[in-house]
Amino acid sequence: MTGGFWSRLDQTGRNIAPFAVTVALMLFGMVPLRLPSYAAVAPMLPLMALYYWVIHRPDLLRPSVAFGLGLLQDLLSGTPLGMTPLIYVLVYWVVLTQRRFFLGTSFTMLWFGFALIAFGASVVGWLAWSILNLRLLSPDPALMQAVMTVAVFPVFGWLFIRIHRAFLQA
Amino acid sequence: MKTRATGSVVRLAAPLRALAQRFSFLLLVLAAIALMMVGKVDTVLVDGIRGRVTDAFAPILDAISRPAATAARFVESVHEVVNLRAENERLRTENEALLRWQQAAQRLDGENRSLRSLLNYKPELASSYVTARVVADPGGAFVRTVVVTAGQRDGVRSGQAAVSGRGLMGRVVQAGEWSARVLLITDLNSRIPVLIEPSRQRAVMSGDNSGQPRLLYLSGDTALAVGDRVVTSGHGGIFPPGLPVGLVSEVGESRVRVQPFVDPDRVEHLQLVNFGLPGGLGANIPADPAGGLR
Repeated sequence: MTGGFWSRLDQTGRNIAPFAVTVALMLFGMVPLRLPSYAAVAPMLPLMALYYWVIHRPDLLRPSVAFGLGLLQDLLSGTPLGMTPLIYVLVYWVVLTQRRFFLGTSFTMLWFGFALIAFGASVVGWLAWSILNLRLLSPDPALMQAVMTVAVFPVFGWLFIRIHRAFLQA
Repeated sequence: MKTRATGSVVRLAAPLRALAQRFSFLLLVLAAIALMMVGKVDTVLVDGIRGRVTDAFAPILDAISRPAATAARFVESVHEVVNLRAENERLRTENEALLRWQQAAQRLDGENRSLRSLLNYKPELASSYVTARVVADPGGAFVRTVVVTAGQRDGVRSGQAAVSGRGLMGRVVQAGEWSARVLLITDLNSRIPVLIEPSRQRAVMSGDNSGQPRLLYLSGDTALAVGDRVVTSGHGGIFPPGLPVGLVSEVGESRVRVQPFVDPDRVEHLQLVNFGLPGGLGANIPADPAGGLR
C-alpha cells in the first residue's frame, strides 16, 4: 500500500473488481437473448455476485454500494424504485451474519447457501410487488426465476473464484 | 495501519461498531422503503431520473447486445436452413393468397378515394414511424419492458404505440434523450383500449404478466369467438385506431384472453408510432395526401 503511484493505482483497480464484476453482470443480464419466455425467468446475476463478494470480501463491497447497485438496477430495468435496494441490503445483512458459516466450506455448501438466499430474495421481491400493486400476485414467476438462478450459480461461482484468485490474492 | 487498540478499547469498540453496522443496515432498509414511497408519489421526477440513467447506459447496452443479437441470428439461420423447403412451400401459398388480397385492396383503395372525393371527406391524420433497436430486455419476474435506441431527439414521446411487423407490442412509458422504455402489452400495468373486430365491441386489454393478456369491461351479452381479431380502438387519442393486436384465444365464463400477434421475446427492431394528433408532435406534419396503401 505504501508503494508509488502505480502500485496504488494497481491496488485500487484490483479493489474495485467485485464492484465492476457485479455491474458487468447486471448489464449482461439485461441483454436480450431472444429465447422464448427467457426474460421472465432470467437469472438474477447481480445477486450471485453480491452473495459471493459479501462472503469473501465484504470490505470491498460495502452495504451502501449494494444499495447503490440495487438503485441502478431499478432505474435501468423499470422496476419500482427502491425494491432492488431493499432486496440487496437484506441479502447483504443475512449473508454477513452467516458469513462464518459459508466461508471456507465446500463449494456445495456455498451453492446450498445461495439457494436459500435466492429463494429468500424472491419471496421478498414477490411480497414487495404484491404490496405495491395492492393485490396478491402469483409467486410462480419469482420462484421460477429463483430456480433458474440457483441452477446457473455454479458457472458464475466458478467465474468468481477465478476472478478472486487472479485479482485479489497476490 | 490503525493504531493498536488496548484490550478495553477493543471490548468497547467492537459492540459499538457492530451496533453502528446494524443501524446502518436499518437506515438503508428504511431508505429503500422511502424510495418506494417517492416512486409512488412523484412519478414525473422518478421517470426523469430513469430517462437520464437509461440514456447514460444505452450505448453500453447497445454495444453488448450486438454480439448476442448476432448469435441469436446465427441460431435462427441454422433453424431456417433446416426448414427451408417447408418454409418455401408455405411462403408460395401465402404469396398467392396475398396477391389476391392485393388485387382486392387496390380495387377498394381506388373506390374509396373516389367516394371520399365525392363526400369531401377529411382524411385521417397520418402517422409517422421511428424505427429503433431493442437493446435491453431487463425482465425480472414481474415486469415486462424493453429499452430501445430512440428517444426524444427522434420524436419519441411517452404514450406512443410500439409496433413490430405483425402488430402492437407495447407503449412508450419513458422517453429519454436517445433511449426509451416500452411497456409490453403483457405487463401487469399495461391497459390498452381495443376493439373486437367482428362485433365492433370495445374493451380494455389488460396484461397480467402471462403471455396472453385479458380483456376487461366487456358487456355481458357479447358473442365472442376464439379467433376474433382484436385491434386498437384509438380511444384516448394516443394510439392510431386499427393497429392489429392479436386474436381472441380463450373465451371463458370469467375471462377472455388474447394471443398477441407479436412474440416480444424475438423482436429485434420495433417501430414507434407517432400518431399525428392535433396539438401533438405530428400536428405540423401534413397528412399524407394519398392516404392509402403504400
